[in-house]
Amino acid sequence: MTIAVSILPEQQLAALNAAYRQAVSRRRLRLLLGAAIFAAALVLAAIGAEVNLRTLFTYFGNFISYFDRILTLDSGQRVWTDVGEWLWGWRKWLKMLGETLLISYVGTLIGATFAFCLNFFAAENTSPSPWLRFVVRRLLEFARTVPGIVFALVFVIAFGLGPMAGVLAIAIHSTGALGKLFSEIVENADMKPVEGIRSTGASWLSCMRFAIVPQVTAGYASYALLRFEINVREASVMGFVGAGGIGQELVVAIRKFYYSDVSAILLTIIVTVFIIDITTGWLRGRLFGKDART
Amino acid sequence: MTKPQQVDTREMRARYPDVFDRPASARLATPVMIVAAFAILTYGLVDLDFSPSRFFAGLSQLGWISLMMIPPDPGSSLPIYLKALGETLSIALLGTTLAAVFALPVSLLAARNIVPSNILRFPIRRFLDSIRGVDTLIWALVWINVVGLGPFAGVLAIAVSDFGAFGKLFSEAIEGADQKQVEGIRASGGSALHEIRFGLLPQVLPVIAGQVLYFIESNTRSATIIGIVGAGGIGLQLAEQIRVLEWQKVSFLILMILVAVAAIDFISGKLRFAIIGRRAVA
Repeated sequence: MTIAVSILPEQQLAALNAAYRQAVSRRRLRLLLGAAIFAAALVLAAIGAEVNLRTLFTYFGNFISYFDRILTLDSGQRVWTDVGEWLWGWRKWLKMLGETLLISYVGTLIGATFAFCLNFFAAENTSPSPWLRFVVRRLLEFARTVPGIVFALVFVIAFGLGPMAGVLAIAIHSTGALGKLFSEIVENADMKPVEGIRSTGASWLSCMRFAIVPQVTAGYASYALLRFEINVREASVMGFVGAGGIGQELVVAIRKFYYSDVSAILLTIIVTVFIIDITTGWLRGRLFGKDART
Repeated sequence: MTKPQQVDTREMRARYPDVFDRPASARLATPVMIVAAFAILTYGLVDLDFSPSRFFAGLSQLGWISLMMIPPDPGSSLPIYLKALGETLSIALLGTTLAAVFALPVSLLAARNIVPSNILRFPIRRFLDSIRGVDTLIWALVWINVVGLGPFAGVLAIAVSDFGAFGKLFSEAIEGADQKQVEGIRASGGSALHEIRFGLLPQVLPVIAGQVLYFIESNTRSATIIGIVGAGGIGLQLAEQIRVLEWQKVSFLILMILVAVAAIDFISGKLRFAIIGRRAVA
């Protein structure tokens, strides 16, 4: 069986070809221009960030050997040959890890509570007045744009060294992040129940309680769990500025070159983060079906 | 007008036992969960020594600090701060680009439709996971040990920690790509590399470009904080001014960061929509 390919007459083909080439060349030009601008920005950034390729190449060996060193015990053996010696401080580290988890738990819960109270004012469809919405939204934006660790730095000075500063920093940052996500859920909620409740003469508070809250709690819980996961990571570095948790131990180990301790603490952090990720993922899957797993 | 029919509760109860007589386990689940959550909270508050007196003392201190922050004033160090801000933006841009360049080939190896073998894919995935499990700040500390204090350590820290994130996101984008185009290339006699170049990349590049832009945006934030441990940029200035209690300069720096982040958000949002159209990038 043969298939005939019909070829257009010469003039038509020429016109189409010309149009095609023009379109392609225009796209190529745009791509080239974009690439040139990007390259220029990169060069500028490289100068700004004092990138020195020679330093990198000279010291890159150090980066590799750093990992070699943190995986070596003082006795010169590999860490996994003597696990007892490697994880010598496991009691202390587990305690600090527990503190880290507590910091993120308490921080997340306080943050979620505040976010819960504020998000109805920030949502387009439930906010009682536009200026209140504006104020609450800016407040949440501020709380989420300033990095948690900056709050921690300031709080360490106000509240003193210790986990309290870390908890409050995490709580404020979570309020900002969760407040926004929560209000987005509320904006997607069905407004018919609200109308129904309002038509019975109920107050704004009752409308929220009986019409909106039952629709949104599952979404709230899912986001709060996700936030908890993120906060565990965040809490693990709060110790860098003296705000409690395992970070304190880690920063001391890194700065004082206790090599095998660095790898041991990193290992405990990574394992904990894995476990928390898997547990919350499983929990969200159990509670809210498979879609909530991402 | 007819009178509404009287409902016989007993009959309804018999007809819908699930609604009227829920099993005790279902009725108790929510209160038990709430009580447990608050029990842990109380334990946490006690264990982390949250005493009310300390809390309120700190709060009044915080009030003083906020008062002293007004008005924001850079003093005579505005040029230094602008330079530091430029440094921060440079760190974010360079770090993200480096990460994307290195993550692309690795993500191909981690994608199921390119490397079907589980044995090969599994270690790569776990490797990427463990890189992601370590925070950017920790990477910054490690790099400072290697290349010394300064913004270069920041670039490398962001590059490494994003490498893990990109590897995962890119490989997911590749796995989500349509296989038909790849099959088409194979049917016309293309090699494996041709399949990737002409079948896969045109589909995933816009998605990847969107993700890279999004990360540049969020890395502006990360780049501000890695300065706190000494890896250059505006965070370094911020941490220093907080330590010497120059609150007016602190508030000015925070404002600068907020404005810069908002500007980058705006620009990259526009660019993202131009590249991939009005679609959400996760």
